[in-house]
Amino acid sequence: MVEAPSSGEGSIESPALKVEQLTKRFGNRTAFQEVSFTVAPGEVFGFLGPNGAGKTTTVRTLGTLIAPTSGSASVAGIPLTSGNEQEIRQRISIMPENPGLYQRLTVIENLQLFAGLYGQRNPGSRISNALEAVNLTARGGDLCGSLSKGLRQRVGLARALLNDPAVMFLDEPTSGLDPVAAGEVHDLIIGLRQRGVTIFLTTHRLEEAERLCDRVAILNTTLRLVGRPDELRDSLFSKSLLVETLAPLAAPGDVFNSAEGVVSWRTEGESSYVLDVADPRMIAPQVTRALVAAGADVVSITESRHSLEDVYLQLVDEDPEAPRR
Amino acid sequence: MNLSFGRLIAVLRKELREYRRSPFILVTMALLPLVFLVEPLITIFRISPSVKATSVDTAVGATFLVLLIAPALLPAVIAAYSVVGEREQGTLEPLLTTPVTREELLLGKALGVVIPAVGMAYVIFAVIQICAKLFASNPAVVSDLGQGPHILAEILFAPLLAGWSIWVGIGISSRASDVRVAQQLGTLSSIPPLAVVALVSFNVFTPSVTLAVVFALVLLVADIILFRLVSALFDRERLITGARNQRESSGGGHDPAPGTVRRIPRLGGTSDG
Repeated sequence: MVEAPSSGEGSIESPALKVEQLTKRFGNRTAFQEVSFTVAPGEVFGFLGPNGAGKTTTVRTLGTLIAPTSGSASVAGIPLTSGNEQEIRQRISIMPENPGLYQRLTVIENLQLFAGLYGQRNPGSRISNALEAVNLTARGGDLCGSLSKGLRQRVGLARALLNDPAVMFLDEPTSGLDPVAAGEVHDLIIGLRQRGVTIFLTTHRLEEAERLCDRVAILNTTLRLVGRPDELRDSLFSKSLLVETLAPLAAPGDVFNSAEGVVSWRTEGESSYVLDVADPRMIAPQVTRALVAAGADVVSITESRHSLEDVYLQLVDEDPEAPRR
Repeated sequence: MNLSFGRLIAVLRKELREYRRSPFILVTMALLPLVFLVEPLITIFRISPSVKATSVDTAVGATFLVLLIAPALLPAVIAAYSVVGEREQGTLEPLLTTPVTREELLLGKALGVVIPAVGMAYVIFAVIQICAKLFASNPAVVSDLGQGPHILAEILFAPLLAGWSIWVGIGISSRASDVRVAQQLGTLSSIPPLAVVALVSFNVFTPSVTLAVVFALVLLVADIILFRLVSALFDRERLITGARNQRESSGGGHDPAPGTVRRIPRLGGTSDG
């Protein structure tokens, strides 16, 4: 396992994942095309995209389950080439959307199988640690068929921890879970991140990516955008202040143009205004003073915060190929 | 071919645990031996002391044929489920993400079938020998059943016929998309080697040690070829996606620094799942 987590700006010399111009086609169909990105050790990297964008195929390709059509990649420092598959699989783990547990076996028996497949001879302590990491120690003897979907996801995560992976691929880990179960999985991912595990997380839950990921990439067959969630917001949206007054301003132009740093403004609703500004925190006091001087009754002045969902929808709007969620 | 004994045993242990808890397999494993035990016993016990030696030979030959159907038929049904069944219950993909090689996986699965099937065949054979010694009214039956070529044939052919059924069954299972179709085809595929056994059992060929050894060697070679063939056909990509892999020559690429936002120009390409 990687020793120390990074902020997401980690060393480029030894990336956990390095993908260059990777393409996968099935006959005439293109699953993904000329995808390039790098993931640093210890980073939680979100891979977003609508259904059918090629996210799962990318994970399967990097996980050596399917061969790329063209391009190159290295996974956990090992080139993704024919002959290296087994070594790569030894150093990574993949949790598919459906954890795929043997329903007639107990949790421990499922984990024993996978520990054996990773070549662990005395896996008792590893299994105990993995169960402890996902808070399932008490359920080790239960048949997997008797577990709820949320608990099965946790068993899937425990299984993914068994080989102490350098890179962990989580494919839609909260798909189909209720908010409580999804929250528990989020907490587990945060725990893994604190332990320094590199996580490649595919999801179309934008709030999930925003909460968990150091950086995100948005894919729709080709890669549209890569960056930190806040950087993505900044790159697509100008910073702004939302001003709400009790009554419409008589001369809003005079008021807002008098405040230094207001680039432009527009009315949004009867007595609400959006001000494009360079630095919301610096400009807000000036705007407040200008409003008070103009005799306005100020209800609120807040910084406009765009979510990752706004970024995503903005890109989808620009992209006629991308289906809306 | 590099085999890890630990990984092979992990697969084998999982298979045996699953069988133990699968009602379908348990019922099949319980009913088939009963059928293959009761029918030969009835045949043997119905041979009266006055029956001629040639008729005894024919009856005992038929008994041996029935005894060898069990290790050929039962593995065919179970092996045909082995891959397509995992695919249907969603367990195949996680399995294939581990370092297990296809040879380890296939051998582990094959051993998981061959051990109970051959064990069961030997137990049935032993029970019939004991019952014949204790209760058969015609002494020729006991002497026929105890002939060296017959015992050698049972010992050699049971695992080899099981091997044939298993590799054909797994091969079909790796390519099939439906469990029932795989099991029907697997059962049918276990018949050809039994035809040869039938010819021997009914004295079309005179049973002898040499014939048993030659036929066993032929079956052994066939089993090895089938194992190689099934291993070669076991394609992870096809099993996961239903499509064969296609690789072009690698293209060049660029590697943008992490931490910077990249707008990537849109390229032509169709969306896919």
